Amino acid sequence: MSEQILDRTLEPVQRPATAPPPPATVGRRRRVRTAWLRHLGLIVFGLFMLYPLLWMTVSAFKPSNLVLSDPSLIPSELTLDNFRQGWTSANQPFWVFFGNSLVVAVSSIVGNLFSCSLTAYALARLEFRARKLYFAIVLVSVMLPMHVVVIPQYIVFSQLDLVNTFVPLILPKFLATDAFFIFLMVQFIRSIPRDLDQAAWLDGAGPFKTFWYVVLPLMRPALVTTAIFTFIWTWNDFFGQLIYLTESSVFTVPVALNSLVDSQSQSGIGMLLAMSVLTLLPILAFFVFAQKYLIQGISTTGLK
Amino acid sequence: MTVTTAAADAPEAPPRARGRRRQELAAHVFMTPWLVGLLAVTALPMLASLYLAFTDYNILSSPEFIGADNFVRLVDDDRFWASVRVTLTYVLVSVPLQLGFALLLALLLDKGMRGLAIYRSAYYLPSLLGTSVAVAVLWRQIFGHDGLVNQALALVGIEGSSWLQNPQTALGTLVVLNVWTFGSPMVIFLAGLRQIPHELYESARVDGASVLRQFAHITVPMLTPIIFFNLILQTIGAFQSFTQSHVVSGGTGGPVDSTLFYTLYVYQQGFVSFDMGYASALAWVLLVFIALITAVHFALSRYWVHYGD
Repeated sequence: MSEQILDRTLEPVQRPATAPPPPATVGRRRRVRTAWLRHLGLIVFGLFMLYPLLWMTVSAFKPSNLVLSDPSLIPSELTLDNFRQGWTSANQPFWVFFGNSLVVAVSSIVGNLFSCSLTAYALARLEFRARKLYFAIVLVSVMLPMHVVVIPQYIVFSQLDLVNTFVPLILPKFLATDAFFIFLMVQFIRSIPRDLDQAAWLDGAGPFKTFWYVVLPLMRPALVTTAIFTFIWTWNDFFGQLIYLTESSVFTVPVALNSLVDSQSQSGIGMLLAMSVLTLLPILAFFVFAQKYLIQGISTTGLK
Repeated sequence: MTVTTAAADAPEAPPRARGRRRQELAAHVFMTPWLVGLLAVTALPMLASLYLAFTDYNILSSPEFIGADNFVRLVDDDRFWASVRVTLTYVLVSVPLQLGFALLLALLLDKGMRGLAIYRSAYYLPSLLGTSVAVAVLWRQIFGHDGLVNQALALVGIEGSSWLQNPQTALGTLVVLNVWTFGSPMVIFLAGLRQIPHELYESARVDGASVLRQFAHITVPMLTPIIFFNLILQTIGAFQSFTQSHVVSGGTGGPVDSTLFYTLYVYQQGFVSFDMGYASALAWVLLVFIALITAVHFALSRYWVHYGD
């Protein structure tokens, strides 16, 4: 997959060598030239944009003293020391944080798939009196800043002695609080031809069977999109995890990384970058292997 | 509560009414998680925080009702005003720039060009990573005294300043970070551009309209709903930015409060000083403000957003 991407990236650059010279009409030649200029501009701009990420990746393999003195992408010296030192530089080895982040992310995915699909099916297909009102509430709650609810939530969870557990981070997902995904799924279910589930309905399957055997399999793309975005958001989430996780044994990746920032001096910059690169890898994996769903997801609903 | 009503599904109901009744019950069963969440995780906490906004509460002792004192305190709180200034500047500068880049690149990428998917991916990648702690760490390094930016400037003989230590420039680095994530609105613009019927451009070309005129009279009007959508989304998102400001400033919002995002101030009051009454008041001011901004956006949209007739 990544090779494919590389091949296609190189395509425009290779073309002058292989393409036949353009026909000699002036208009055509000018159009070809503007197309080339545009490609050139887009490539240069793209490299400029991605340079920080490339630089971070390369720097993670450089000795710390070179990180601060050498901006080039071709290091004169390669080392894995940054990863080795970084991995154990916090109170716990980093796999603990990766494990914690994974638990939170996977549980959040399960929660969102479960609760949002049920809610979306009801809103999209069932007729009931409060439907319009409920849907309006879903739309408004998409825009609701979490900061107005986070303080009372924190108070309740801390009285239940659930601070420094993952419950405050996971439980809300099982209660469909990520309204954006409800919206996404409602839009998707509406695009499924109604005949399909009506046929099942007429055959005597109740709403539950219709949902489980007909609608749920058909909405797979929306479920995949939801799962991927839930993963990325949870993996990146900082505010919630910072508030609820204060002991290093339950730190997730972002919280651990943040604690490293506070404790490291400039000489530790190499391992800080090495750990940063590692934490971005899962997201990059989704970026490479699940592009289609990401692009579809944002095109239809404007997810981040 | 809804579960129990569902269990009492009435088989003796008359056949015609039964379908409706059944759907009504089923809908509430399906929506039970959401309804519980709406009450327990959203509505009640909102009411609770509204009450807390009128109290003095530090989590250890019970809340003490103090009337509107928290809101009076806001007026004389210099850090509150600093955070308002910082956040407004951030939103007003970075969101238009970000959307401008998104639209510009979407226009350059349109028209089924070669390598479209590659460019789109490359420009989109920063949006996926932009809110992570890791990228904030990277930003700290890039704009640090010995960072990438200054190294690059040194190559062309310019001595850079200490971007993050200078209150004049620190916020600018965060603006750049937000602009850098123009990829997701760009993808939405691309999808919107594809919706514009091709015939419109063809007939305009037949009439001899220039590219600029086509842009001004076809592309922009047809795209206004998407522009509006992106504007709302990115504005609300920018008001709630937190990670960047926290990591880049080491949680302080410094230097001299120049990167003190509003949400960071709420966090400091609520979860560092545990002044939860005051933090609730701050949070409610944010909610009301975002609601107002959104309402104004919707009200103004009548004058510039064209929905298909």
